[in-house]
Amino acid sequence: MKDLPDSAERRANLKGLGCARKRVEDARFTQGKGNYVDDIKLPGMLFGDFVRSPYAHARVKSIDASAALALPGVVAVLTAKDLEPLGLHWMPTLAGDKQMVLADGKVLFQGQEVAFVVATDRYIAADAVELVEVDYEDLPVVVDPFKAQEPDAPVLREDLAGVTEGAHGPRRHHNHIFTWEQGDAEGATAAIDGSEVIAEETIYYHRTHPCPLETCGCVASMDKVNGKLTVWGTFQAPHVVRTVASLLSGIDEHNIRVVSPDIGGGFGNKVGVYPGYVCSIVATIVTGKPVKWVEDRMENLMATAFARDYWMKGRIGATRDGRITGLHAHVTADHGAFDACADPTKFPAGFFHICTGSYDIPVAYCAVDGVYTNKAPGGVAYRCSFRVTEAAYFIERMIEILAIRLGMDAAELRRINFIRKDQFPYISALGWEYDSGDYHTAWDKALKAVDYEGLRREQAERVEAFRRGETRKLLGIGLTHFTEIVGAGPVKNCDILGMGMFDSCEIRIHPTGSAIARLGTISQGQGHATTFAQILASETGIPADKITIEEGDTDTAPYGLGTYGSRSTPVAGAATAMAGRKIRAKAQMIAAYLLEVHDDDLEWDVDRFAVKGAPERFKTMAEIAYAAYNQAIPGLEPGLEAVSYYDPPNMTYPFGAYICVMEIDVDTGEWQVRQFYALDDCGTRINPMIIEGQVHGGLTEALAIAMGQEIAYDDMGNVRTGTLMDFFLPTAWETPNYQTDWTETPSPHHPIGAKGVGESPNVGGVPAFSNAVHDAFRAFGLTQTHMPHDHWRIWRTARDLGLHG
Amino acid sequence: MSDKMHLKLTVNGEAVETLAEPRELLIHVLRERLGITGPHIGCETSHCGACTVDMDGKSVKACTVFAAQAQGAEITTIEGIGTPDSLHVLQEMFREHHGLQCGFCTPGMITRAWRLLQENPSPTEEEVRFGMAGNLCRCTGYQNIVKAVLAAAHELNSVKEAAE
Repeated sequence: MKDLPDSAERRANLKGLGCARKRVEDARFTQGKGNYVDDIKLPGMLFGDFVRSPYAHARVKSIDASAALALPGVVAVLTAKDLEPLGLHWMPTLAGDKQMVLADGKVLFQGQEVAFVVATDRYIAADAVELVEVDYEDLPVVVDPFKAQEPDAPVLREDLAGVTEGAHGPRRHHNHIFTWEQGDAEGATAAIDGSEVIAEETIYYHRTHPCPLETCGCVASMDKVNGKLTVWGTFQAPHVVRTVASLLSGIDEHNIRVVSPDIGGGFGNKVGVYPGYVCSIVATIVTGKPVKWVEDRMENLMATAFARDYWMKGRIGATRDGRITGLHAHVTADHGAFDACADPTKFPAGFFHICTGSYDIPVAYCAVDGVYTNKAPGGVAYRCSFRVTEAAYFIERMIEILAIRLGMDAAELRRINFIRKDQFPYISALGWEYDSGDYHTAWDKALKAVDYEGLRREQAERVEAFRRGETRKLLGIGLTHFTEIVGAGPVKNCDILGMGMFDSCEIRIHPTGSAIARLGTISQGQGHATTFAQILASETGIPADKITIEEGDTDTAPYGLGTYGSRSTPVAGAATAMAGRKIRAKAQMIAAYLLEVHDDDLEWDVDRFAVKGAPERFKTMAEIAYAAYNQAIPGLEPGLEAVSYYDPPNMTYPFGAYICVMEIDVDTGEWQVRQFYALDDCGTRINPMIIEGQVHGGLTEALAIAMGQEIAYDDMGNVRTGTLMDFFLPTAWETPNYQTDWTETPSPHHPIGAKGVGESPNVGGVPAFSNAVHDAFRAFGLTQTHMPHDHWRIWRTARDLGLHG
Repeated sequence: MSDKMHLKLTVNGEAVETLAEPRELLIHVLRERLGITGPHIGCETSHCGACTVDMDGKSVKACTVFAAQAQGAEITTIEGIGTPDSLHVLQEMFREHHGLQCGFCTPGMITRAWRLLQENPSPTEEEVRFGMAGNLCRCTGYQNIVKAVLAAAHELNSVKEAAE
């Protein structure tokens, strides 16, 4: 129907899709009334704290807790021996491996949990940690994943002695976890070997850490009267935690309630299950009192899930005029002491095979070897979909290196090889079905916005000025065109520990026309309470301001797989729209009855059903809701509720074009981002304000990773970057302003066409910053230098290129 | 463990007293003994600023101030900066300009900005960035925080000018 005169006004009142709605979360956060896990205080609550290993590899000969237990206020000291009768001294990881909860005979990384002290106060617990005497016998340490694969390398996982078949196929060495392959090895090699131009390089994406501002923690409380265990914690996937807790503890799932309260940032760090959770649960069951465990920052950086640590060896071939002929990738993946990677079960290297990126590459192959070392376990998706940032960094570096080999402009090389708009849906050489895209339009818009040709002229002039000795600063232009793959699902190939990766939304419309909706996801700052209400407002005609969104309490929310891998909007957002449509379908029947017409004689208009051709005859959703509860309607149950469990038919493929302009001081290695332009296409845009905020934040995390942030170890396995003194988090001072832009290519299979955006800026940002550094030195012969590009490393690069005179 | 001391403070305009060990950190006294959970703990090493409170007219990181050092001090936390019925303009501007996401750094961030705007009522963008550099945020990339602080300064100055 044509919009009625007041349709636009009524639509604006809904604050639905496309509205830069202010966040409903902010009232409590700006007034100090957030409710994070460490804010929870229960009567009689005890505090847990860990004795951790100072060694990266050592045998634990004995643990003497007597002095600790003698300290007034200490209630218990748990060791692996106490957990063993319960079968909880080890726990399964998300990746099909197992991990020690507390050291069982040996320790395998510095900071590993050895004993769990429980005391009446956190200061007493910390004192008691110092009083636990552990006798270690140190063992040879291996922190290099290549040395770990040598025949005489130390045996790390004695528990796997003789195990030749791992969770993902055969193991060929005592420190080998899996080999995972995709694509056509022979075809790719033949295509590259026969190419006119070949580029080969090893690209290292270093180990880093998500480091949310709030560390991980929980409060576990066993109510022995009612037999119910409640666990509040920093969980990005509360329902999965409940199921895992039930399977591990033997407590029936209906007697476990898991609650994610407000979460102070996650970025992948809060997906996994950590020993602190298990020990707190055991401690509350043993003591009958609530037990709180909250790690400090050093524990967080040393022992909870790291990210990346991929050595990516690439070969790419092309014709002389720049058509890519094939891509070959081999990755050595350092997983640390246990394979605790957070990936869908069937994907031990995540979605790394999105590594053909935005390009139409006829044949490709990738293989990933997972390796054990004496480092902390993890391998989480730090603000990206599973291993997608590694893949994007790999291809975007390989493209730059190929451009050097071809003597071609890297922007033009990309343009030549982009998947064309008319090729979507596009099946990549490694098997993905890209849903939609318009890369050329985005690319041209980006190049024009920054005056790309002008920048290249300026850069050429700068190089000349540098050579004449008139300046000591170089100019780098970092280009990136990335394609993400987010929103796991589909259940047919994506599961976590056997649980299919659908998501859910349950809606109740109240009689007076307001509503509550609950989802299986959990916000960690993304603003779900704001944006999911907007989706529902557009679907049901109830203003977003009258819709409460709740997440995170497994007793009330429908089952879902949680929030990570940019899956909330693609999966739970779809469930929300579908549940809204179920509401509307029933509302239509009610309206038809009230207006005494056939269902088909009605049409939807913003917030009401109106009779076709007689728009003055209508029933608003609020009127319909009232009737649903208060009027007997023949053939219809009372009430207006709906639930949707959404299994996405495909993933979504957001993309973007980023350009970073960076000034680099050759003598000090200092850098300054002069301009950063970020164009994102995340399909249908739900809330432009929140999208922009996500882009700013993701880019700043990318800046950190590319320009200084790392988890570094020395040869003894000591963590060299275990505090915020050494681990780089950018401040307001060195963070630039970003220029955001967008195109909008909806996903054809998502009910509202949305693709998700939270992680794109990290995936695209890292190569953009890194390429800018590389590009600054291109004229002086640099092809590859590894991240992070801190001042010292940039200075060293300049020195090695002979630029210090 | 040592004997507890009798601690007297003024917190958000109210005289409060409690017993605490001298080694206890101010952030733990506030959060656990006094139930003031607005300021958070992010690093325990003075780097992140989530625990920022105002002590005798200066921004301090309450994770590295001993309770004993705070004897007799006047403390303002996020809870004392505005009320639900009368928000401080900084609280309004952080919402208006999307200057927060997960909210964990926000109480410290606003408490620091509150002092900054008293130290320098008309800061430039550069001065805001420098003056707020002790407070880390992992979500926003600071751009909207800076915008919010500058907007609040502008708003506060307009109100002041109108009054004069």
